[in-house]
Amino acid sequence: MSVAKRIVIEPVTRVEGHGKVTILLDENGKVVQARLHIVEFRGFERFIQGRPFWEVPVLVQRLCGICPVSHHLAAAKAMDRVVGGEKLTPTAEKMRRLMHYGQIYQSHALHFFHLSSPDLLFGFDADVGIRNVIGVAGKYPDLAVQAVMMRKYGQEIIKATAGKKIHGTGAIPGGINKNLSLAERDGLLKEVEQQIAWSKGAVKIAKDYTVENLTKLAPFGSFDSNHLSLVRSDGAMDLYDGNLRAIDAQGKVILDQVDCQKYLDFIAEEVRDWSYMKFPFIRSLGPDKGWYRVGPLARLNTATFIDTPLAEAARKEFVAVTSGKPNNVTMAYHWARMIELLHAMEKMQALLNDKDLQGKDLVVKGQRREVGIGLLEAPRGTLFHHYVVDKNDMIVAANLIVSTTNNNEPMNRAVAKVARDHLQGVEITEALLNHVEVAIRAYDPCLSCATHALGQMPLMLAVVDHRGQVLDEKSRG
Amino acid sequence: MSAQDAAKLSFTIDGKEVKAEPGQTILQAAALAGIYIPHLCAMKGLSPWGSCRVCTVLVNGKPQAACTMPVAEGMIVENDTAELKDLRSSIVEMLFVEGNHFCMFCEKSGNCELQAMGYRLGMLQPRHDYMFPTRQVDASHPDVMLDHNRCILCARCIRASKELDGKNVFQFIHRGAHKRIGVDAAGGAGGTNLAVTDKAAEACPVGCIVKKRVGFAVPIGQRLYDTKPIGSHIEAGRAAKE
Ligand code: SF4
Ligand code: SF4
Repeated sequence: MSVAKRIVIEPVTRVEGHGKVTILLDENGKVVQARLHIVEFRGFERFIQGRPFWEVPVLVQRLCGICPVSHHLAAAKAMDRVVGGEKLTPTAEKMRRLMHYGQIYQSHALHFFHLSSPDLLFGFDADVGIRNVIGVAGKYPDLAVQAVMMRKYGQEIIKATAGKKIHGTGAIPGGINKNLSLAERDGLLKEVEQQIAWSKGAVKIAKDYTVENLTKLAPFGSFDSNHLSLVRSDGAMDLYDGNLRAIDAQGKVILDQVDCQKYLDFIAEEVRDWSYMKFPFIRSLGPDKGWYRVGPLARLNTATFIDTPLAEAARKEFVAVTSGKPNNVTMAYHWARMIELLHAMEKMQALLNDKDLQGKDLVVKGQRREVGIGLLEAPRGTLFHHYVVDKNDMIVAANLIVSTTNNNEPMNRAVAKVARDHLQGVEITEALLNHVEVAIRAYDPCLSCATHALGQMPLMLAVVDHRGQVLDEKSRG
Repeated sequence: MSAQDAAKLSFTIDGKEVKAEPGQTILQAAALAGIYIPHLCAMKGLSPWGSCRVCTVLVNGKPQAACTMPVAEGMIVENDTAELKDLRSSIVEMLFVEGNHFCMFCEKSGNCELQAMGYRLGMLQPRHDYMFPTRQVDASHPDVMLDHNRCILCARCIRASKELDGKNVFQFIHRGAHKRIGVDAAGGAGGTNLAVTDKAAEACPVGCIVKKRVGFAVPIGQRLYDTKPIGSHIEAGRAAKE
């Protein structure tokens, strides 16, 4: 009797949170399936039931230490609906946007320089001894300093808008609790030119790398898929607000200008027994065909244009590579991410020069509602927050679809693709294992956040057969 | 010596001479002299209570609650000592572990006397295990929420309701470890005559009794204890001028 072999790669290093990859081989050593498992699960959606709605924007940030601002703002947008204050004052909306762009900026800078650049600068096959952020710092010291300064700038923006660099309180139902003082503004304006220059440099690194290595990258973990994001009513990229648009791999529109409050009419979630993470899909296409990608690549594909000049010029170069068709190359996420980094910086520049940020009108309220839904484009993709609030102001139900959950199916596909191309019938080496991880990492997944987890787990690597018998075990990361 | 000075008696706190009127508590006399004695259940305008014991001082070498102990001529009070600081911290630690205090998303954070006391006393990690009790949230009142997870049983709400509002909204129910704050209506605070404008709705030192829908309205940096530790206003001598 033949024994099917299961190869487990755990942990996925340099990914926020924890994941485990199982590659299921048949008796001939052929890849039959690849699965990305989530190892921790504790439900935030349950935890917040019975808590007051105004606490939620502060509480849910605890879902994630990397992009807390996204949860803070998505929850606040949902609560705007609950208090009938969704038509924010200009000061409130612009303060929130500034906070959000600061978050995008610091998160994208972190991902690119700390998590991806080792692979991009040294190649996937390079020795792990140098293929890490310390290696980058040694070989490209200027880049390492820039990365720190860019991340810091994003965090300073967050501090000025949310009160703290991490887990602040700025957004409240119907508005914001502070404006931007002139002293804060002037401090931040001083660095704008330098940050724009560095952002342009980052776009260039990502572009040059992608264009130079296109033949190698194009098939790497790539596959055709649908793409989904929010866009502004005129089709422009909008990371803070807008309506849903989805296109297929050829660019055909599946849905457009869908009101976020009606997302449930268009998006459903499938549960699979082997994963705690759900699998969202577009209802009209069903679970098999309706899954989609979100995040920088999807947003570059769905947006008709970008409303800031430097990022728009970069976008045009990006779409030229695929002759205007959607880009389905997984590794193009990195380039798309840097275009967004530049866009966020241009947006911050414009906002910092906007007098509305010194306005005093901070909060609006209106007709009280029972249901609040808030969507935004988090660094990793579309983020859905959905709450039901009872007449005593307490949360009675919640549904969160986080960016990484939206990318669940695509990440599994990417892993399967890479496993088929690189692992089949080959001895498992460190470099080959890392190919799988590189494919996952392109999505910048935040795995603990995707299962709404609190806390951490120790990490290990194991090989088990179909009976659950451990054939090999390794610790890593 | 003036007639007024003659009426005053004199004692010392940490070696410093303090003048006081007969009938004043040590806590009151100290505050008027600009000396801060840490306290939680005591509140200006309410009758002395003496339950939290955070204001414990040594009077002629013996531990006493400064909020209930009347001043006496020549008494020697020790307040700012390492030993008392440690004792007070241990009390505050117990208050933390016997409730569910998640300061990171609590709307009272920055304005909370318990939290501020922890900071002032240099509390790091409680020396006792967290008890994680199961406690309820009473959201039945349209304008006021009671989150029992954060109650420290200081009785300030009870006294404020009786003494300042002329009502009887709050009282203790159950005993020992099960003791908690109750309201005089079966269905929760919503069934009482508590009004959001009542003094009792403002007396809570922690995030148990809070006004609804206003949490987090004050930005970080502008909250009560963001820049100055609790007790600073007394030390600044503001109380003496009032
Ligand atoms: S009541 Fe005070 S001590 Fe308790 S959680 Fe809130 S801020 Fe922290
Ligand atoms: S509810 Fe507040 S004021 Fe009342 S006993 Fe509890 S902590 Fe003290």
